[in-house]
Amino acid sequence: MQGRMDYIFKNYFLYLLLAPALILTLLFKYLPMYGAIIAFKDFNPMKGILGSEWAGLKHFTRFLSSPNFEIIFMSTLKLSLYGLILGFPVPIILALMINQLRRNAIKKNIQLILYAPNFISVVVIVGMIFIFLSPAGPINIILTNITGKPLMFLTDPEYFRSVYIISGIWQGAGWASIIYVAALASVDPELHNAATIDGANIVQRIRHIDLSTIKPVMAIVFILGAGSIMAIGFEKAFLMQTAMNLPTSEIIPTYVYKQGLQAGDYAYSTAVGLFNSVINVIMLVAVNFIVKKLNEGEGLY
Amino acid sequence: MNFKHTKLDRILLASSNLLLCLSVLLVIVPLFYVVVASFMDPTELLSKGITFDRSAWTFEGYKLILSNEAMIRGFANAVYYSVGFTIITVVISIFAGYSLSVNGLVGKNLFMTLFIITMFFNGGLIPTYLVVKDLGMLNTVWAIMVPGAVNVWNIILTRTFFKGIPKELNEAANVDGASDRHVFFKIVLPLSKPIIFVIALYAFVAQWNSYFDAMIYLDDAKLKPLQLVLRSILIQNQADPGMISDQLAMAELKRLSEMIKYSSIVISSLPLILMYPFFQKYFEKGVMAGSLK
Repeated sequence: MQGRMDYIFKNYFLYLLLAPALILTLLFKYLPMYGAIIAFKDFNPMKGILGSEWAGLKHFTRFLSSPNFEIIFMSTLKLSLYGLILGFPVPIILALMINQLRRNAIKKNIQLILYAPNFISVVVIVGMIFIFLSPAGPINIILTNITGKPLMFLTDPEYFRSVYIISGIWQGAGWASIIYVAALASVDPELHNAATIDGANIVQRIRHIDLSTIKPVMAIVFILGAGSIMAIGFEKAFLMQTAMNLPTSEIIPTYVYKQGLQAGDYAYSTAVGLFNSVINVIMLVAVNFIVKKLNEGEGLY
Repeated sequence: MNFKHTKLDRILLASSNLLLCLSVLLVIVPLFYVVVASFMDPTELLSKGITFDRSAWTFEGYKLILSNEAMIRGFANAVYYSVGFTIITVVISIFAGYSLSVNGLVGKNLFMTLFIITMFFNGGLIPTYLVVKDLGMLNTVWAIMVPGAVNVWNIILTRTFFKGIPKELNEAANVDGASDRHVFFKIVLPLSKPIIFVIALYAFVAQWNSYFDAMIYLDDAKLKPLQLVLRSILIQNQADPGMISDQLAMAELKRLSEMIKYSSIVISSLPLILMYPFFQKYFEKGVMAGSLK
């Protein structure tokens, strides 16, 4: 103990460097975790967190028994799950194709182009979606020429998920492929040459050399993706919401925002958010466990 | 590769390249459409589609957007917030990352655990909002620049970077009797330019593109950053009344608000386009450093 105190005293400067990050984390991450106990209280801002009366699980039962619960919960789950399933393979395929290119200059330029959408803001992406998919927009002009009638992409709840997920892939797949491209670059070209001599065709080589090289990376990306299924972002869904598409576009984060900051029901909104967080942590642990089993003991932790 | 490909191989390679070309087109065409459309009259755009006939092009959209007070104020605010946020984030990440990279730092595991837990669990929207409110930060620039400045990925990234610096450098300095402070400022920091650059680029882009914190923490129209101005133009279809004289007929109003949509997208992306050449060089490095260790 004495030795530790001596160390800290002697190296106080190192702790000084750590202090800003630590203080801000305690203030803006751990203080809110403590504040989340208002989910179990009848929170009254005048009385404060400690002064408010306990309410038990009232807010949780209210959410779970509300008629909207199933719709919102399923919307959240489906949007995220479909997004993961459809979005997961695309960067891998892109990386495998980029990896086949032999000329470095072409490779670099293609990557530069494919990364670009990642740097467009959510507001602009949704703005572009509105421009392109509006009833009189370019996509619908083409559709009308072919089928004779436009599709109501932005108002029909049926299309919300497809538009959300496809635009997400358009924006993110290129950027997400970086990690695979880099992993593939570590493959010794001699390995491919040797396999070719042995008569392996391209499919076999990709399957046994390329895919087995990036398998650990794939596992980690998948665990992180599956583990954050309930942590789907608020920002894009909120912007894409219209009064008409709410049956599919209302997800837990947007519901939390509306109940909390718009309707002012702090305690209830916090309870809904907490419910979501807890499910998410359970999900992460479960997925990590399953992948570990399937992946010969290699998981996230 | 010097080896002969079989016929199947060649067909597969060709289709792979074709698919890649299609993906590139799929990315470029929408972006290109927006840029060309920003030079066109909306009525014509609607009736004829985009054209490369320069005589039909107009700069009216840009003139409108550049003379719009909300847009200019938003742009200035976004620069201010992004630069401020970037400086705070870089300082915090470099300091913490270095501290946690030092071998034998007492309490290191505890600190790392504290940071990493926050990646998977948080108190939620309302409790965080209440903390910001109780600290009196609502409607101030601090609400934008400070709460998000600690990013655990950045700390892991910088820590990994500092671990890669040869120990001999520090040890030699320590033998010479240099203090921790001297080692950090005189030896480590000058070597850290690449990682500072990576963190700065990440932070700048993230702040430039974000709207959520500004939406919940800022009420005052004067404080609104660019993305919120864009939101009202692009998504809520509310061109600022001050922008377009209210004497105009509805149809004209609609035409002008259509017009500024495209030019506002282009203008808002300019800083990122200018920074883009650096992305290739530094971002990839950053992503890899963070993911492999």
